[in-house]
Amino acid sequence: MQIKEIKIFAGVGKNGQPDLVDEITFTMGDVISIVGPTGSGKTTLIDDIALFADCNTPTRRRVLINEAPAPEDFMNDPSQNPVAFITQHTNFLSDLPVNEFLETHADIRKRPDISSVVRETIEFANQLTGEPLNAENGMTELSGGQTRALLIADAVIISNSPVILLDEIENAGINRTKALELLKKYEKIFVFVTHDPRIALSSDFRIVMENGAVTKVLYPHDEELAVAEEIKKIDDLMLHFRRLIRSGERVTGGII
Amino acid sequence: MKVIICAGPPTTGKTTVLRQVTRRLIEAEFRPAYLKIDVLYAIEDQMFQKEFNIPSKKVYSGELCPDHCNVMVLRDAVEWAQKTSADFLLVETAGLCLRCSPYIEGGLGIVVLEATSGMNLPVKIGPMLTLADIAVVTKIDLISQAEREVFRSRIMKASAGIPICETNALCGIGIDALVKKIHASPDIGDSLVLRGNPPVGTCTVCVGKKEIGWQQHFGVVRPLENDIFYRGE
Repeated sequence: MQIKEIKIFAGVGKNGQPDLVDEITFTMGDVISIVGPTGSGKTTLIDDIALFADCNTPTRRRVLINEAPAPEDFMNDPSQNPVAFITQHTNFLSDLPVNEFLETHADIRKRPDISSVVRETIEFANQLTGEPLNAENGMTELSGGQTRALLIADAVIISNSPVILLDEIENAGINRTKALELLKKYEKIFVFVTHDPRIALSSDFRIVMENGAVTKVLYPHDEELAVAEEIKKIDDLMLHFRRLIRSGERVTGGII
Repeated sequence: MKVIICAGPPTTGKTTVLRQVTRRLIEAEFRPAYLKIDVLYAIEDQMFQKEFNIPSKKVYSGELCPDHCNVMVLRDAVEWAQKTSADFLLVETAGLCLRCSPYIEGGLGIVVLEATSGMNLPVKIGPMLTLADIAVVTKIDLISQAEREVFRSRIMKASAGIPICETNALCGIGIDALVKKIHASPDIGDSLVLRGNPPVGTCTVCVGKKEIGWQQHFGVVRPLENDIFYRGE
């Protein structure tokens, strides 16, 4: 099934107060951020998307795929599910080596040329991590950052999921700037739950949450886009210092 | 009356799955009864009694293996449940050595597996999976979608064509497919027969002989490097 758009119809927040935006549409190719304080319902909103909520979750929200309720197959067979959801807690528990796991997964997904798909997945993951991962290693031996990087790479390349939900990847120990840059090359719907101004301002629009409910949807305007450029510079500077500290070097002045 | 037998390794979530099933059966105005077969300790019968106020019972297999115990007590249990005018008997049983399976002909066999238990589990547990009518995979919220898919394909490999119901049983998400299957299962007949083949012969270990080494035993024995053979009169 080709996904063209996802629509979310308003439900209610924690105390029963309604979402203030009646209908939000994600169109194929969109990058969307969900922002708001901790506990404001950001994760619950992407849970609703991942579950294809049909007024049957606590928020009573409704999600339509291409104007229709999601087919039952989406929930019954995970390989039919177009949504890949990478949470803050998702971990690998599999006792298989990385390459065997990826080969099996690529085989289930009936990808032609399994070995090149697996290679591409590992290369993708390694662009996001500090230390490259070893494909011979067990999945459970990966670090937190490597795990998250491999989950994203698997969702993008092996599963080729048209909709990818990412919960706070800025805390996942991966290079998020690189991730954003790489992900934007793929024609998918990306939804970021984030506290990161750079990710939020690089999105097509952002959904603002408060107390469990959606309060508004903001599209970046000209002034924000100009500020976004400044934020990028500051962020790159921070990344530069982080790299120095990580590699055991001395930090030198004169840059700021 | 329909007999539903639910098996699975310890702590996989059999009880949680059956609680969700019981809730839905009661909502649909049916009368389930619950039997728990365990080895040494169980309080689930009290939980079901208290939470749902349905006829509940437990039996400790003690010296017997749970599957052996199941064979011994199930006919009595069916009569007990019928007397309480139940229309479903839900039997929860601990599999132990994984050589046997507790399912009976004409009853629904459910195996409960947890998604977190490793990719080789489906091939390790033998007839508990291959003779079941439906596999329920629990704790799916704890692993990645990629792993769910691989785990699912491992189940399919071990037991071709088995329907699989993936659930986060704590919240009851995904349980409806299982309930549908339970409703569609046939009523039990007069003859109750085990679905799988029990193991060969009488086991000297089962009757209490503790010495290690096949040389110390008789009946059907096996050395490390050879196939089984018969030793004794």
